[in-house]
Amino acid sequence: MSDQDSGPQGFARRDFLKGAVVGGAAAATGTVSPAVAAETQLQAAAPASQLGYAFLNIEEAAFVEALVDHMIPADDLSPKGTDIGLNIYIDRALAGGWGKGERLYMQGPWKRGTPNQGYQLPLTPAQLYRAGIEATNAHCRKTYGKPFDRIDVKQREEVLVGLSGGKITFENGPPARMFWGTVYQTVMEGMFSDPIYGGNRDKAGWKLIGFPGAVAVHREHVAQYRDKPYTADILGIADLS
Amino acid sequence: MATKLKDVDVVVVGLGWTGGILSKELTEAGLKVVALERGNPFNPANDFALPNLRDELRYVVRHELMQNTARDTLTIRNNISQEALPMRRLGSFLPGEGVGGSATHWSGHTWRWTDMEFKVRSMYEERYGKSFIPDDMTIQDWGITYNELEPYYDRFEYTAAVSGKAGNIKGQIVAGGNPFEAPRARDYALPPLTPINSSVLFTEAAKNLGYHPFPRPSANASQPYTNPDGSQYGACQYCGYCQRFGCEANAKGSPLVSVIPIAMRNPNFELRAHSWVTKVIKDSDGKKVTGVAYTNVLTGEEFEQPANIVLLCAYAINNVHLMLLSGTGQPYDPAAQTGVVGKNYCYQNGVSATLFFEGKYFNPFISAGGSNATIDDFNINWAFDRGPHNFIGGYNVAGGFNTALPIGFRPVPRGTPQWGTAWKAATKKWYQHGMTINAAGSVMANRNNYFDLDPTYRNAFGQPLMRMTFDYKDNEKKMGKHSADLVNSIAKSMNPTHVNQASSRDSWTVVPYQSTHNTGGTIMGTNPKNSVVNKYLQSWDCHNLFTVGANVFPHNSSYNPTGPVGALAYWTADAIKNRYLKSPGPLVQA
Ligand SMILES: Cc1cc2nc3c(=O)[nH]c(=O)nc-3n(C[C@H](O)[C@H](O)[C@H](O)COP(=O)(O)OP(=O)(O)OC[C@H]3O[C@@H](n4cnc5c(N)ncnc54)[C@H](O)[C@@H]3O)c2cc1C
Ligand code: SF4
Repeated sequence: MSDQDSGPQGFARRDFLKGAVVGGAAAATGTVSPAVAAETQLQAAAPASQLGYAFLNIEEAAFVEALVDHMIPADDLSPKGTDIGLNIYIDRALAGGWGKGERLYMQGPWKRGTPNQGYQLPLTPAQLYRAGIEATNAHCRKTYGKPFDRIDVKQREEVLVGLSGGKITFENGPPARMFWGTVYQTVMEGMFSDPIYGGNRDKAGWKLIGFPGAVAVHREHVAQYRDKPYTADILGIADLS
Repeated sequence: MATKLKDVDVVVVGLGWTGGILSKELTEAGLKVVALERGNPFNPANDFALPNLRDELRYVVRHELMQNTARDTLTIRNNISQEALPMRRLGSFLPGEGVGGSATHWSGHTWRWTDMEFKVRSMYEERYGKSFIPDDMTIQDWGITYNELEPYYDRFEYTAAVSGKAGNIKGQIVAGGNPFEAPRARDYALPPLTPINSSVLFTEAAKNLGYHPFPRPSANASQPYTNPDGSQYGACQYCGYCQRFGCEANAKGSPLVSVIPIAMRNPNFELRAHSWVTKVIKDSDGKKVTGVAYTNVLTGEEFEQPANIVLLCAYAINNVHLMLLSGTGQPYDPAAQTGVVGKNYCYQNGVSATLFFEGKYFNPFISAGGSNATIDDFNINWAFDRGPHNFIGGYNVAGGFNTALPIGFRPVPRGTPQWGTAWKAATKKWYQHGMTINAAGSVMANRNNYFDLDPTYRNAFGQPLMRMTFDYKDNEKKMGKHSADLVNSIAKSMNPTHVNQASSRDSWTVVPYQSTHNTGGTIMGTNPKNSVVNKYLQSWDCHNLFTVGANVFPHNSSYNPTGPVGALAYWTADAIKNRYLKSPGPLVQA
């Protein structure tokens, strides 16, 4: 089975968490064995992210995890998206100043404008993400009967191709391509920004391409490595702090 | 109520290259100068230090050092029939904020514009006849000559540690430099930077095709350097984190390394950071200005700073905005063709090809702001006959890259999947093996490209945003196509494994980043009818108001703007010191 987000019992994690809430209530009435209650608690305390999420709710987290593992699958080139921390990068970016639109001119009136006029939505990036996930899941439910994190790899591919190519549009939702543009940008940022932001874990993105990171005293290297591969330890800001 | 402060000799609005140069020069002339800067006071040793400086996300993507559009931005549209909408986040251009201005994070490419620009109308008319210039193209001579400006270019290049190779010293063509440049009194301050591999390959290819490649002159110190004022520069480290970053090595030509610290040591100088100027104040008869109004953005308090001389040095776009907000000069009306403030806004026009070579290594993370090579064969010379191509202006072509960090630069052949294993494989395969060739083209002024005040949207101070109406016209489209064809032909001659071909843009869009080379709006000229300022950058209307920046350029060259911006700042400083102070009044009779 190719659904990478299934939990140990084959449940999607969010179902498990929903179950945990029910289980918790049941535990209070004394109808669940202590062993089951203990296991439930353990699972609830250990979501896919060891850190927990600052912005994403359960459904959004499941979406983002499925998304980044689909876009960056595990193969001999790198670990999968969640193992690189892309979900953590995205969560933090959305929870932080950028997600809240801190450098975004947010005054109305709001008009759609021409493509040349760029971003014109009355949404912060975090609000756009939220609305876009909801709309994408609605599309998935309508088309496949399940949300994005529960459909199979082929269907996920179909959805992403539809979003990026403009074939999927959202009724009453934000422009799908605007959502996709933001999603794509954040996945790439998570993959290639300094690991201090939670993504690019173990410098997986930099290792993939051979980018050396933060050390940048190359005066002697210009001539020495001209038309030759340059290799050095890959260091990030935290390694040098 | 605004608090009225004590009178000073000079108030400088904005402290970048232009404000820095004028502050230093005028305090040295004994004047009391107050500089009002809306942004932070930077301390390079602290603020531009390792390791935190090496953060592409923070500086390149999130625009840490740039104007915050939440507080002030522009509205934009392609033509008069559209409704302008706010540039809600920065994209196409990235004005700086904070002491040092945009030059804290520029690349340093420093060019001398010549009479091909300064006498654009008369030279084209002479060669091709009056009818060669389209009716809606509002280009004009600038009222200044290359020879007048030459010593000031020299001064700026030696101040800013420009590294390069002269091509024409006092009329003698020098091998290895730009044979088309105008004569200069002496070579650059420093020898050229060491070329990176993409630059070497481009140079070879251009030579083979009979063009004249030369190292791009750039304010990245190729060696440790002490400038004529005693400011010390370190040697460029080819760190690869140049454009949009401060320089940890103190190697980037910057007012923060040179003129600003000198002004700061002078007791005649006072810097007030976090001071946002909202208006220039005119006196009752409108013949002079009396000072400026500003808001302390840390406290919200409002002040009025009276001054005998007001210098607008707030970057091209903001200078025009302040003039429009203050009612200094008559706003331009494109329908009636009256007024001049806002007229002749120009931008730039660029195309780019990416070349992929199996087996060649480029190390894109090893580069300086200007470590690449250029050709000028289709730019500042008449050997290139525009007649058959029917356009005015030109373009320069460069091979290589300057700041190519991995969030932004991961070239793959067009058609590569955007995610998944295939995307990863292609990204890994080509990252080290791609290079670019770019053409940067001029933009000629057009009667329908201009600035005015937006009727709807407001900034954080409750003032109307400035509205930009701009698009490429036929002239730029023809040139764009010519440059794309040329770039593709050079690329082909290099025999790469793959090329993503260059194609010209037909229309200007606010995304993505293109260049921060915005010009015009308060243009210079020979009389008050065709210009806002005279050749000394002095307002025709108010003789104690000067505005310094690319806002005075009547059109845009293919070259980056800061060479003439810096030279004109020294030129204006001399005009004020040597002439205006002796007899305050118009320096050119209208
Ligand atoms: C990313 C980037 C790369 C560039 N690369 C090159 C290059 O390679 N070559 C080249 O020639 N040019 C380049 N430029 C352009 C170059 O930086 C500018 O031409 C030059 O710095 C302009 O100097 P200035 O003094 O006119 O304005 P600035 O340096 O922008 O200084 C203006 C100052 O005024 C302040 N200010 C604005 N409004 C107000 C107000 N209302 N009140 C108070 N203060 C205010 C700003 O905060 C700023 O500090 C680049 C620019 C950018 C952004
Ligand atoms: S490339 Fe050179 S000039 Fe640019 S920031 Fe690095 S060291 Fe400074």
